[in-house]
Amino acid sequence: MLRLPRFQLHTPATVEDAALLLREHHAAEQDGAKTGTPGITVMLVAGGTDLYPNMKRRQFTPSTLIALGRALPRGIQNGGLRPAGPLPLGVTIGAGATLAAVASDTRVLSGYRALAESAIAISTPQLRNMGTIGGNLCLDTRCNWYDQSLFWRMAEGMCMKTDPSVVCRVAPSSPRCLAVASADMVPALLALGASARVVNSEGERVIALADMYRDDGISHLTIGRDDIVTEVILPPADGWRSTYLKLRDRGSFDFPIVGVAAAVRLDGGIVREARLAMTAVGSRPMLVAAAAAALIGSRLEDDAIAAAAAAAHKIARPMDNTSGTIAQRKKTVPVFATRALASLREN
Amino acid sequence: MNELSILGRRLPKVNSWAHLTGQAKYADDIMLPRMLYGRLLHSTQAHARIKKLDVSRALAYPGVVAIVTGADMPEKMGIMPSTQDETALAVDKVRYVGEPIAAVAALDEDTAFEALSLITVDYEPLEAILSIEEALAREDVKIHDDSTRGNVFKEVHLSFGDLEAGFAKADHTRDDWFFFEGNTHAPIESHSCVANGEANGNVTLWTCTQVPHYLHRELEKVLGVPRARIRVIATPNGGAFGGKSDPFAHEFAACLLALRTKRPVKFTLDREEVFYAHRGRHPVKMRLRTGVTKDGEITAVHFQSWLDGGAYASYGIATTYYTGALLTVTYRVPAYKFDGVRVYTNKPPCGPKRGHGTTQPRFAFEAQLDKIATDLGLDPLAYRLRILQPPNSRTVNDLRITTMGLGECLERAGRATDFSARHRQLPPGKGIGIAGSAYISGAGLPIYWNEMPHSGATVKIDRGGGVTVYCGTAEIGQGSDNMLASITAETLGVLPEDVHVVSGDTSLAPVDLGSYSSRVTFMAGNATKDAAMKLREQLGTVAAEQLGVPVEQIRSAYRRFYDHEHPDAFMSFTDVAVAAEARFGTLSAAGWYKPPTGIGGTFKGAGVGPSPAYSYQACVAEVTVDRETGVLTVDRIVTAHDCGRALNPANVEGQIEGSAYMGYGEIIGEEQVFRGGLHKKPSLLDYKIPTSLDTPKLEAIIVETIDAEGPYGAKESGEGPLNPVIPAIANAVYDAIGVRFDETPITPDKILDALAKKKDRVGPTGLDGGRDPKAALRRLTASTDARERKRDA
Ligand SMILES: Cc1cc2nc3c(=O)[nH]c(=O)nc-3n(C[C@H](O)[C@H](O)[C@H](O)COP(=O)(O)OP(=O)(O)OC[C@H]3O[C@@H](n4cnc5c(N)ncnc54)[C@H](O)[C@@H]3O)c2cc1C
Ligand code: SF4
Repeated sequence: MLRLPRFQLHTPATVEDAALLLREHHAAEQDGAKTGTPGITVMLVAGGTDLYPNMKRRQFTPSTLIALGRALPRGIQNGGLRPAGPLPLGVTIGAGATLAAVASDTRVLSGYRALAESAIAISTPQLRNMGTIGGNLCLDTRCNWYDQSLFWRMAEGMCMKTDPSVVCRVAPSSPRCLAVASADMVPALLALGASARVVNSEGERVIALADMYRDDGISHLTIGRDDIVTEVILPPADGWRSTYLKLRDRGSFDFPIVGVAAAVRLDGGIVREARLAMTAVGSRPMLVAAAAAALIGSRLEDDAIAAAAAAAHKIARPMDNTSGTIAQRKKTVPVFATRALASLREN
Repeated sequence: MNELSILGRRLPKVNSWAHLTGQAKYADDIMLPRMLYGRLLHSTQAHARIKKLDVSRALAYPGVVAIVTGADMPEKMGIMPSTQDETALAVDKVRYVGEPIAAVAALDEDTAFEALSLITVDYEPLEAILSIEEALAREDVKIHDDSTRGNVFKEVHLSFGDLEAGFAKADHTRDDWFFFEGNTHAPIESHSCVANGEANGNVTLWTCTQVPHYLHRELEKVLGVPRARIRVIATPNGGAFGGKSDPFAHEFAACLLALRTKRPVKFTLDREEVFYAHRGRHPVKMRLRTGVTKDGEITAVHFQSWLDGGAYASYGIATTYYTGALLTVTYRVPAYKFDGVRVYTNKPPCGPKRGHGTTQPRFAFEAQLDKIATDLGLDPLAYRLRILQPPNSRTVNDLRITTMGLGECLERAGRATDFSARHRQLPPGKGIGIAGSAYISGAGLPIYWNEMPHSGATVKIDRGGGVTVYCGTAEIGQGSDNMLASITAETLGVLPEDVHVVSGDTSLAPVDLGSYSSRVTFMAGNATKDAAMKLREQLGTVAAEQLGVPVEQIRSAYRRFYDHEHPDAFMSFTDVAVAAEARFGTLSAAGWYKPPTGIGGTFKGAGVGPSPAYSYQACVAEVTVDRETGVLTVDRIVTAHDCGRALNPANVEGQIEGSAYMGYGEIIGEEQVFRGGLHKKPSLLDYKIPTSLDTPKLEAIIVETIDAEGPYGAKESGEGPLNPVIPAIANAVYDAIGVRFDETPITPDKILDALAKKKDRVGPTGLDGGRDPKAALRRLTASTDARERKRDA
């Protein structure tokens, strides 16, 4: 069995303590961007289902881990950004909520179907009991040249994601890492218009999830290494219908090689608002803006859906660094977009 | 002969409780005082000379106790004595990424792991050979110096009957190429062993091996320690499937380190190391030419196979012969030619996996028969039934066939699925396919030439009515311990739980050659029965005397000896045992089994193929293909299997279902593939063994033919049922979408590609133009480069 490297574990009781600890250790760290992952000496851990396997393979060898288990909220409750008034409240989900809790929550199941469907489609029952929604938002990007043991990567000669001075193995001339955004919940949350509450030692802020990702396999998050995600905020569910479709090799266990989430707000059968989001076809999860444009005002007729699906197809950029093939994944994008949208029609 | 009291019943396995409650002691569960932890250093190069190997810094690392390298064990070894080309740890040269070079023993696993990075290896890289075509063509690069042509390991040519006349008689000849991708066993238990160096210089090795006896021999050879001072104990295997039937680096290293330190040393491979240990299914390219008359009668078959053997021999010589040997035992073949070539490549060595060497050609043959049926407008089930090899016959390559239940298997699988009515009649995207197959119940010859029994057993009865059976078999989850207990219990008239089983221990149990080639029930079963019968005779004699009835009238069952005519007159088993011991002395008897002679030919190469009995199977598979995503769903697999007699129907069904699952995995997506010299998927996340959610509905049908030579009529059931599943699914895919997949696996991207390009066939067209992984990589890099440039511009 692969064993974890040695590290020191902190278990702060509050998010504030965690943020202070993080800043303190982070300040002592060298510039990770220059030295690659070996330079990262402090990290957050929630469920550990992404980080610990990575540490076993020595993608990361932080000497300090700050565990968020005690500090993070994990409740799922009514609430949200827009205060009460004519509009009903949305739902907030503590970043420490497990995938299993999200998948089985009745509010999520009734109002935010895509989220429940994406949660239940993640890995295995055991991992869903450990993994958190906050960890899923911050999931490292994946690449089958990179998600390998230290031995394997040494035999290969490493790549840019571990060591900035080396090329990308997938596309040696690429100036950036092309590792793949692989979190299932993120496209669902993008389609649902979610935001995240982020805390650091300076204070807290709310950012739209759509602004949290960058098209870069190495620094794929726009939030800083001092930031802690504490809450996911969902807008009111009224009139919205949503769904998530995932392409993977097996019925369990596997990361998405295409993920498509669709959400529409229907009013009298007419689409008033729409969002189509994808993952696993680029280094960042994507909202397909042109798809929304094609759908709004339609009654989800075949040609509106076809136009939306074509828009998704156009911007999907799978690379040869997951299982499956580029062609297969690219072809599946419009098929899933079509199927997802068609399933949202009112009967 | 008794009516059967134990055999034929669905009794739980004798070791089920231990496995269900976690009490079963696997090798990695063994903890001994002062135990050291070992780790292997592996080659990072696919092909290189070792210029320098320096372990001094690692040896000086605090907590490291000892290190051994190839130089400590330079003796050649390997499972087949005629082709030993391996050393325990690499000496001078490495031949695949992952090949073990050195072994560290330390106070704990972390220290051992850290010490590995302190070992310096200087390599002189050599060009790596990664495909069959390269291996055949390249004279300038030799993976092993003794290859005379290119990197050919072995070449065999056999011819039977008049091939030319056969093809001349044919009204229709098919000539097809096939490719079967390599795959691996993926046992859930990774390889593990503990060696204990004893004060007197002896060594005991607990290891999850399928072949304790062969390992014992190799340990003697490599360690230079007499076998009398080595004890091998096969622990329960958490799955093996052929992957634990070679002697492995960690086993030698553990023993040598234990001998040197006089301490116990444990090695447990991590998952990636299991992928490098491999010995799995060979990738095989095949050409199959078959001539038939207009009603489908086969007139001649010419089969050619090219096996990608990986870096070492393993069982390769047997594998090569097996690709050709068993094509003749299912359907009448009057003329047959077989040419097989196995090459070395710089990849982990291939070896035996469930169905050893017969799975790939069976895929080709049954897929081609389906094409012939299509060409001639025949129903593929009725067609197969018409051309069956008869029972009690000899094949064109001189194999003796005894019981033969293929016809019944085909009929029953067909009936269960209403095959003939539904074939060609299902809606688009849905398909149904059928295939037949066969396997051996053990090989007619042992791996090293000798005239001794293939299996021996001792049975002993104690004074309290307890029975112990000793037999060198390895329990790999297939149920061999249960088989030993059941046959002993049946023969003596007790219950399986009265029988204590001592297996897999070279010091305690008589030799059994091991759990490979589906030989255990047939051979160890016969040996056990032979031993138990000897005691049964003694017991019967005293029971007859004491009950005052003729011995022919004595029966035994359920712990009683009784008068068949008046069952009320009985003695307890314990009373009979006590009386028998008083009369005959200590109750212990040995039995053995050796396959009969004359069951195969006498030509060179006739050693592989003969078996005391063949098992037969048929499979019907039903599939759905999503034409938009290419996703292939197998909805149902029905497998009928002729096992002679089902000694325990529940276990036989378990083997049939397990085999079907494994075959399903091989055709749907499992592949041991490489990118350059690096394994592309050395983890259970990336190597796609199906999960329980993926696995289709599996149905097992037991067909019994009661074999005259099998123990109580039994034949094998551990491997054969895998074979028909793969072609049945390929044939079903053709029925669903009209595309012939002449290669495995059938993945969504291949389906999408075929449909988009309106191909009616996917597969190789010859040896050239075969897949050169480097070429593919270059193409890919070029295209992604171009795309990136375009995007940046
Ligand atoms: C075999 C296997 C299969 C998997 N399959 C899937 C799959 O199909 N789909 C999928 O989406 N995921 C999959 N995962 C990944 C993982 O289980 C989930 O994404 C899970 O939600 C991660 O949550 P976690 O709490 O365990 O994260 P952790 O491992 O604890 O953390 C992941 C990363 O996020 C950071 N982090 C965690 N919490 C916070 C926070 N609150 N604020 C800031 N940073 C934070 C950590 O520092 C770390 O870098 C799989 C994992 C495994 C091992
Ligand atoms: S995309 Fe390139 S740089 Fe990024 S992880 Fe993969 S090989 Fe490394």
